[in-house]
Amino acid sequence: MDMAATPPTRWVRPKRELGAIAKLFDWKPFLVFICLLPAVGLLLVFLTYPLGLGIWLAFTDTTIGRSGRWVGLENFEFLIEDRLWWNAVFYSVFYTGIATVLKFGLGLWLALLLNHHLPFKSILRAIILLPWIVPTVLSAIAFWWIYDPQFSIISYLLIEMGLRDTNVDFINTPWPARWSLIWANVWRGIPFVAISLLAGLQTISPSLYEAAMLDGTTGWQRFRYITFPMLLPILAIVMTFSIIFTFTDFQLVYAITRGGPINSTHLLATLAFQRGIPGGQLGEGAAIAVSMIPFLVFATLFSYYALARRKWQQGESDD
Amino acid sequence: MASVEIRDVRKSFGSFPVLHGVSVDIADGEFVVLVGPSGCGKSTLLRMLAGLENITGGEISIGGRVVNNVPPKDRDIAMVFQNYALYPHMTVMRNMAFSLKLAGAPPDVLDSEVKGASKILGLDQLLERFPRQLSGGQRQRVAMGRAIVRHPQVFLFDEPLSNLDAKLRVAMRAEIKDLHQRLNVTTVYVTHDQIEAMTMADKIVVMHQGRIEQIGAPLELYDRPANLFVAGFIGSPAMNMLAGKISAGAFLDAGGARWPLPPGHKAAEGAAVVYGIRPEHLLLDPNGVQARVHVIEPTGSETQVMLKVGETTVIGAFRERISAKRGEPLGISPDVALVHLFDGETGKRI
Repeated sequence: MDMAATPPTRWVRPKRELGAIAKLFDWKPFLVFICLLPAVGLLLVFLTYPLGLGIWLAFTDTTIGRSGRWVGLENFEFLIEDRLWWNAVFYSVFYTGIATVLKFGLGLWLALLLNHHLPFKSILRAIILLPWIVPTVLSAIAFWWIYDPQFSIISYLLIEMGLRDTNVDFINTPWPARWSLIWANVWRGIPFVAISLLAGLQTISPSLYEAAMLDGTTGWQRFRYITFPMLLPILAIVMTFSIIFTFTDFQLVYAITRGGPINSTHLLATLAFQRGIPGGQLGEGAAIAVSMIPFLVFATLFSYYALARRKWQQGESDD
Repeated sequence: MASVEIRDVRKSFGSFPVLHGVSVDIADGEFVVLVGPSGCGKSTLLRMLAGLENITGGEISIGGRVVNNVPPKDRDIAMVFQNYALYPHMTVMRNMAFSLKLAGAPPDVLDSEVKGASKILGLDQLLERFPRQLSGGQRQRVAMGRAIVRHPQVFLFDEPLSNLDAKLRVAMRAEIKDLHQRLNVTTVYVTHDQIEAMTMADKIVVMHQGRIEQIGAPLELYDRPANLFVAGFIGSPAMNMLAGKISAGAFLDAGGARWPLPPGHKAAEGAAVVYGIRPEHLLLDPNGVQARVHVIEPTGSETQVMLKVGETTVIGAFRERISAKRGEPLGISPDVALVHLFDGETGKRI
């Protein structure tokens, strides 16, 4: 080694002078502003503006092709006396209520099944997600065929098995149509609930179940005292989302029944669209859309406050 | 309270064997520690005792009753888990009362049991808190309280102290031992920490790769380790082990240094052996084996010195304070009565 011959010069970090732009970007308020700008811009253009416009329209008598005048609460006064609006309110609440109960019942059951050690677990989980991945309109068209008065596969099977003599009338009389749409919504919504709850289930430490087993619990008691209370917070969030999505549903109903027969399956969203776009009454359509807001706020507050905040989660430090 | 018998117990996960026939007898009221490096099967054995794992072969009996097919809740045992496994949505009170409540105990019994246990453990003021509002040591105590209120025949502990910081671990160690002496319930305790095992156990079971290496009282394992594994596992810092052979009435290590043999040893002349000497049994001796100082670690009460004897590293722990510099010579000799000899091939004690 001839290291001694040429002693290595020590490398020294060079001092850098910051340019004006670099200095500007080093200034925190400017950096905050610049970083927030894209997000805030997008929100303003695509969220705040349409929402604001919708709410403003609800207080005008705008129709397509004619900008409207401010009419105050006139649109809402009209809606109060409109039987169709009351029908839509009833069906929206009914649709959301029944579908949510079924989705959560079946979704929780499915999540519990998937949480066990099943063969082909990951493939099964992927299959479960399929109804959620398929575009809504596509599955709506599939259901349209399934519910078709003439070519329904369900009618076909029932007749082949000798359980019925005639085709089932799924969507051409009010009550069967209402139930059929609810079932289609449940089918579409279960995967979301099941997968979300499965994620929740997997955060529960297995040693809790072991401790409970040693404490002398039966399977039902483990569900009742461990699984369910531990799942409540995530259940609340998933339920809030599910209620919002179901209450504001549009595609499924519009693709299968368009609100018919005799307006029996109109949800508030489909009625708002019907009045506003094909009907041309933009102001009235907007008023119907705005009338959904109190329902949504109430549902959200309920599921959030009734289910989500638990004292045991808040705790203090985690040392 | 009950005795526990583990007879030739085997366990395989699929076709992968983790326990190859393990037998331990645990007397009534005894504190037994299962100790070994991770993956040795000690936790699996404990979980089989609890009924959380199936038994592939052999027999486990608690209080004279074979429990192979008895579900966990009917085994009359209580377990403290490594992560405590407290129910996060229940208060301390409800955590401790849960099992009694399920069993349908009347409210006054329930109340007095929980109050009694919380008094023993110093939890009286915390009964209305949730687990998240407790410190690690307090959670540990709640987990023990949950076990105590059931008056089980056997307590099982699965590495209960490994989530605590060093200081708290020492304090809880004494607390658990105190609790055992007070309640006198048969206890099986799993740990990977040999100091925990040494300080707490009536009897230690040293496990390694699914087999039992040695069973004995703590000082028995320290004084007469049955093989190289136990010799290296028990004691801190670990025993020095030099490979070499017996030559002309002394031990000749790989570097050619000569070490004195213990009186009355049974090793044959020329046999390949491993020479074991604990760091604390090395003495300073100018006329002894010549070593060079490598690293000095004073701890106050003693001085640990990493020495080089030829190419071999030897650790010494001396009462004296040593101020030698790196590379300086230091003469050492073993306390011959405390030298251990092991067979060079089988690793068994000679």
